[in-house]
Amino acid sequence: MTAVDTPVVPWTGVVGRPLPRVEAAAKVTGAIAYADDLQLPGMLFCKLLRSPHPHARVVSVDTTAARAMRGVVAVLTGHDLPTKYGIMPTCEDEQALEHEKVRFVGDPVAAVAAVDEETALAACRAIQVEYQPLAAVESIEDALAPPDGEPLHDYAGPGNVHRLAALEFGDVEAGFARADHVREDVFFFEGNTHLPMEQHSATAQASDGQVTLWSSTQNPHYVHRALAKVLGLPMGSVRVVAAPLGGGFGGKCDPFSHEIAVCKLALVTGRPVKCTLTREEVFYTHRGRHPTLMWVRTGVDREGHILAMHFRSVLDGGAYGSYGPASMLYTGALQPTTYRIPAYRFEGARVFTSKAPCGPKRGHGTPQPRFALEVHLDKIAEELGIDPVTLRRRNYVEPFTRTVNWLRVTSCGLQQITDRVLDASGYARRRRRLGHGMGFAVSSYMCGAGLSIYWNTLPHSQCVVTAGRGGVTVFCGATDIGQGSDSMLATVAAEELGLQPGAIRLVTGDTGLTPVDLGSYSSRVTFMAGNAAREAAAKLRQLLVEAVAEAEGRSPEQVQVRDARIGSLGFEEAVALAEERFGTLATHGSYTPPAGIGGRYKGAGVGPSPAYSYSAAVVELDADPVTGEIDVHKVWLAHDIGRAINELAVRGQVEGGVCMGLGEALMEAQAYRHGLVKQPSMLDYKSLTFLEMPDVETILVETVDPEGPYGAKEVGQGPLLPVIPAVVSAVHDALGVWVDEVPVTPDKVLRALEARARGRDARYGPKSFPVVPYPPLVKVAPPDAAAPTL
Amino acid sequence: MLRLPPFSFLRARDVAEAAGLLAEHGDQAMLVAGGTDLVPKMKRGQLTPTLLVGVGHLAELGHVSASDRGVEIGAGVTLARVAADARLGAAYPGYVQAAASVSSPALRNAGTIGGNLCVDTRCNYYDMSFEWRQALGFCMKKDGDVCRVAPASTYCRAIASSDTAPVAIALGATVVLVGPGGQRRELAAADLYQDDGRCYLTKQPGEVVESLRLPPPGGWRSAYVKVRRRHAIDFPLGGAAVALATTGPIIEACRIVLTAVGPRPLDVSAAAEPLVGRPLAEVLGGDVGLLAEVAAAAVKPAKPLDNADLHYVWRKQMTRRAVEQAIRQAARQPAPHGAPAATFGADAAGGAKRG
Ligand SMILES: Cc1cc2nc3c(=O)[nH]c(=O)nc-3n(C[C@H](O)[C@H](O)[C@H](O)COP(=O)(O)OP(=O)(O)OC[C@H]3O[C@@H](n4cnc5c(N)ncnc54)[C@H](O)[C@@H]3O)c2cc1C
Repeated sequence: MTAVDTPVVPWTGVVGRPLPRVEAAAKVTGAIAYADDLQLPGMLFCKLLRSPHPHARVVSVDTTAARAMRGVVAVLTGHDLPTKYGIMPTCEDEQALEHEKVRFVGDPVAAVAAVDEETALAACRAIQVEYQPLAAVESIEDALAPPDGEPLHDYAGPGNVHRLAALEFGDVEAGFARADHVREDVFFFEGNTHLPMEQHSATAQASDGQVTLWSSTQNPHYVHRALAKVLGLPMGSVRVVAAPLGGGFGGKCDPFSHEIAVCKLALVTGRPVKCTLTREEVFYTHRGRHPTLMWVRTGVDREGHILAMHFRSVLDGGAYGSYGPASMLYTGALQPTTYRIPAYRFEGARVFTSKAPCGPKRGHGTPQPRFALEVHLDKIAEELGIDPVTLRRRNYVEPFTRTVNWLRVTSCGLQQITDRVLDASGYARRRRRLGHGMGFAVSSYMCGAGLSIYWNTLPHSQCVVTAGRGGVTVFCGATDIGQGSDSMLATVAAEELGLQPGAIRLVTGDTGLTPVDLGSYSSRVTFMAGNAAREAAAKLRQLLVEAVAEAEGRSPEQVQVRDARIGSLGFEEAVALAEERFGTLATHGSYTPPAGIGGRYKGAGVGPSPAYSYSAAVVELDADPVTGEIDVHKVWLAHDIGRAINELAVRGQVEGGVCMGLGEALMEAQAYRHGLVKQPSMLDYKSLTFLEMPDVETILVETVDPEGPYGAKEVGQGPLLPVIPAVVSAVHDALGVWVDEVPVTPDKVLRALEARARGRDARYGPKSFPVVPYPPLVKVAPPDAAAPTL
Repeated sequence: MLRLPPFSFLRARDVAEAAGLLAEHGDQAMLVAGGTDLVPKMKRGQLTPTLLVGVGHLAELGHVSASDRGVEIGAGVTLARVAADARLGAAYPGYVQAAASVSSPALRNAGTIGGNLCVDTRCNYYDMSFEWRQALGFCMKKDGDVCRVAPASTYCRAIASSDTAPVAIALGATVVLVGPGGQRRELAAADLYQDDGRCYLTKQPGEVVESLRLPPPGGWRSAYVKVRRRHAIDFPLGGAAVALATTGPIIEACRIVLTAVGPRPLDVSAAAEPLVGRPLAEVLGGDVGLLAEVAAAAVKPAKPLDNADLHYVWRKQMTRRAVEQAIRQAARQPAPHGAPAATFGADAAGGAKRG
């Protein structure tokens, strides 16, 4: 099967049109109620007391003085919430409040509910905690060394190692032996954080042993599970409502201490309790990009065809597991989805350090290796004297193939996005002068993880559509985190029912009212909830069409559905008729990724996806040889979207992704000093302002994926990925030096120039890769390349 | 959200009353004008006044007036107003550049020039919440007794971060202070500062800055070049203010004042000596080596430390470049008109002068 260019549905009243988002007016007028806008009668305010030590035993917690304070209603410590939890079943290593030991500055130890925030804060300060400090683990190197005293956790290991993996697909040594040219490089990607505009906020209300939580969360279902477990309640007694989000980017994917604490406090006090984090606390809550050290070795033939690749990573995980095992495996999973790598070895490790826990951030685990891989290929191309684009094209994967690590690739517009981005940017014809450069890179990303975070038999997304005198309502667990999933659901339902998106009422992200959707992570919502909604709405349409056809004495095929009409009837008349004919109109749809899209080895759960999006970027910039400062003029981003359900929303996501990618490439760093976050404020944590944000030219390529809803694929994460290596490549184009460490700050550029001036390697970056106790290789036979996959 | 701790607020009726209230309440009281520096720092517990004396509204502090002694700008004039004043821009381009470079438009609408002269020194061990500073251990600037960035230092190494102060000093401006009894004194802007990040101002606790007096227009070209990461918001990481006086094509005097390299604006005018007596054209076109030599000498005494954004070596390198750029910018400005440099007190702030 090959990609087709024409839409698969005849009536495209709304799909493909650049419509404003359904919640746009409420957002720009300030009418929308974010989690912190919620006010309930009698509400108390919660503050968390956090550890001042990077690593310490908690000897005692004395809350007497705090409890005695006027206005304080309840105080909790870890003894009140002893059940451990964690997003991944294999590392449930967190406690809402730690009463045995703390593992980073900011780790919560107590929670206070009081009549106002000032009182709650004063009460926190009145709590006496006796700590016995332990040795801090400040870096990857520290974590790999034998622990100085006790390790951070008493599970996993050796020492502070959290997780290890070693996989080999095909015969890597044979590949290297055949290679004409072998190159090795070492790279470092500094950690950074999501920086959503909205700080996390959660409010809980309890009555009769039932608790409801309104929270700024991306994943109400996973929070629901964690709450039931930690509070010891049946899932039916807990309801989680995802409030409209002011940005998530992966930072609101885990169940958090403040969410659990307000629920417990609401149960204990019988009053509603709210906790809104300060900006500094958001830096502690973190779950951001893992600082990652990488080593890559590739063997190629004379023409630059990849014969074998060996990729090693070690991730600085911070204090807890979070999504860490997945983050680690992602640093090795997607390299083969852009390039044909006949033999591939991946060794990965994640270590614990006494810092705020890392987790999923936009691109989850793949921006780091993408940066390393693309820059590494540039260097190989330079050495072989081959144009870097040509070298890549020679290795591009073909549509409808399977990668060496068993990932099923379906639609793939790599060649088209490359053509389009080169054309638009004039990359090949660029004029060379000192200080001016252009860089090119490509990437791919998943349209939803093929497997759930925990093993279960649930469909990944479920949707109910009802119609009646009150109009059409879509019920779906999907959560709009600002990415536009509500608009997507409304558009899909509207398309099927011949309506406009504004006519669709939505009930989303509410575990008490909506069927489960696993959450807004891994770019899964359009693909999975979109398919579920499409199925549900199509079934409803079928009922309407049948009723009208019967009444009009026509066959259903003759009944047109469009412009708020079903055949000759207005939509509402048709609904009344169908209700009379079939009873209550409620249909459902669900989506489960197909079986067999990945392999069967340990670790195979990370990487498979029903489809992959592809992105290509060209970055044009000036890099000042005197100051090292970088001024990005323009970014061209071509994205294989499959099909743009809403072009305006897609372009918004591309521009947002480019902005975040540039921030990571140029300045963002969650750095530590003496065990403390170095820049815990929006002034000191540098990210792009509008002034630094260049022009973005977005080019959408529609390959119409056979399984995506209307052919659609993801756009929430992919476009960030190629931006970072394209910046590094452009800096090299401009100045002739490599900065093998992200972010590329001006001082690093100058250090690279100085190194060259002194006759050393014209680069700035890590000198070597540490010795990591990787386990013995698990050898996996690659799929038979000749076998068709569909 | 970070909460503002409780405090009392008194709106002063006039400057003298403000000074009286400060004197009466001692270190419990602080003045507030725009509040753009003070308020965030109170939320983080860096400044802990229990009484704020409001002066931002006082008409006495809201004037911009010219006389033959120069231009006087009231301490309550906002940075936005200075930045938009074409007359000031023509007469004191460097000063206006500096005012326009402070923080962001919203903050310039509220922030005043008086508040900017008195803006707190900065340090990334100090500009942190109470909990953060407590976790690390307090520093001598607030609640503690050691310097976190330079533990052997006997004084606080927080960084002078006012953008306008170095230009005021380079221009030889003076500051008018009003004491508790209403008594006025005039002080060279340079003498308002001292080399200790903790007590960085020399003014008495009871004194209010009433105005800034710039020398008569004409005579001094001036320029300000600021080093920072993001030009929309960030504080200076370094920077140079330059004032240049000429007679015909010949440089008569040149003053250079650095910002953000230590606890006070650093007057390094001595480094400009080689420029005096030289034709402007040499600076502008011909002698690249000369400028580089001056700039290198200018930053020699600067000792930036690892207590601000980016690497301190880079900050010093960029400050050197800022000196070169500021001299070039000033030299490129149209010839000043009005009285020659000597008639409005070129000596006020010292500086290299033809002798
Ligand atoms: C995000 C951000 C970025 C910033 N960036 C910059 C920057 O780039 N450059 C820069 O210079 N500043 C910067 N600032 C600091 C501040 O906005 C400016 O310095 C501003 O000019 C301060 O003026 P204000 O009127 O708001 O002062 P206030 O906050 O009211 O007062 C500041 C200090 O001056 C004292 N004071 C005020 N008026 C008088 C007076 N008449 N007499 C005696 N003492 C007085 C106060 O007691 C206080 O100690 C920034 C601030 C923020 C929050």
